Amino acid sequence: MSKISIVTKGFLKENPILILVLGTCPTLGVTTSAINGLGMGLATTFVLIMSNLVIALMKNYIPDKVRIPGFIVIIASFVTVVELSMQAYLPSLYEALGLFIPLIVVNCIILGRAEAFAQKNTVFDSILDGVGMGLGFTMALTVLGTIREILGSGSIFDIRIYPGDGMLIFVLAPGAFIALGYLIAVAIKLNKRFYNK
Amino acid sequence: MFLSLFIISAVASATLAFVYNATKEKIEIQKTAKKNAAIKNVLPAYANSPVNEMYMLPTEDGDSLKCYPGKDENGNMIGTAIETYDDGGFSERIYIMVGILPDGSVYNTAVLSHKETPGLGDKMDKKKSEWSNQFNGKNLNTFVLKVKKDGGEVDAITAATITSRAFTNSIARAWAAMQKGDKHE
Repeated sequence: MSKISIVTKGFLKENPILILVLGTCPTLGVTTSAINGLGMGLATTFVLIMSNLVIALMKNYIPDKVRIPGFIVIIASFVTVVELSMQAYLPSLYEALGLFIPLIVVNCIILGRAEAFAQKNTVFDSILDGVGMGLGFTMALTVLGTIREILGSGSIFDIRIYPGDGMLIFVLAPGAFIALGYLIAVAIKLNKRFYNK
Repeated sequence: MFLSLFIISAVASATLAFVYNATKEKIEIQKTAKKNAAIKNVLPAYANSPVNEMYMLPTEDGDSLKCYPGKDENGNMIGTAIETYDDGGFSERIYIMVGILPDGSVYNTAVLSHKETPGLGDKMDKKKSEWSNQFNGKNLNTFVLKVKKDGGEVDAITAATITSRAFTNSIARAWAAMQKGDKHE
């Protein structure tokens, strides 16, 4: 596939949350507001790109029997770097995302792309895949967070757009499932339209 | 196999040690800044550094609370900020900072962390509502620290009695510890 399509497939055709339906745990838990969704998405994108890069670099040196432990050590190290950096330089985002930052390690998307792509492709292609998948993930998270924030809190990126409480269910878990369900339906419909699948 | 895992782990450990050291100071600064901001919120203007003069007060159930004294330029006590908590919240433990003046009245309160229900219990946070302002100015020597339903003088949040109780109890815990005195470092 062309280099461009490696990046763009992450946005709709193979969007990690909406089409592949991976990494739903942080998606549902963190998207209570637009900025949280965006922050988590960018943190995950960084880890995804770096782990894809390192794993593609080392794919010939990690024996098959220990590849999962090897991948996890690499992924966990990058997540810890992100966590420490956030704690030092972005404390309010760190507080908002809380437990979900270390949970990036077990986000299926990262291990999934390592297995499916990085260990079988060149370093450059793996970086592109990380960028595409990560940005697609970020976009889906930000959209979901924005919807939940507008409907549930009456604001968008912390700017009030209508007074009073919104529909509180959208700030809680049930609303997350409802909103994600509709978003997946929209994504599948768009997929059919653009790719005639 | 052993060698490759060893090398990966060694490089990962080295990288993490480096990043940990590089961010250690900044993280400490952030933690202290957050604490200082909370203390500043609940006490009138002070001239000392309450965090550096922290002392502990024991509570009735065997725990200890961190207390931060605020003093003016002459070293006179202006008030004490106490980091208190209660386990009676709807979800997990709630952490409150309460500023008590020497005459026993509440200057201000601030929620440090909580996991109460959005739209209901989270109204105890000043970002969501002014409910907690009712404690300001009340003298704890005479004010009955219970919700009205339990015979006290505190107006509970509508439909969030449990959270209101927990908030009130955490102030009561701080007040009881302060009355008992018995400082230790």
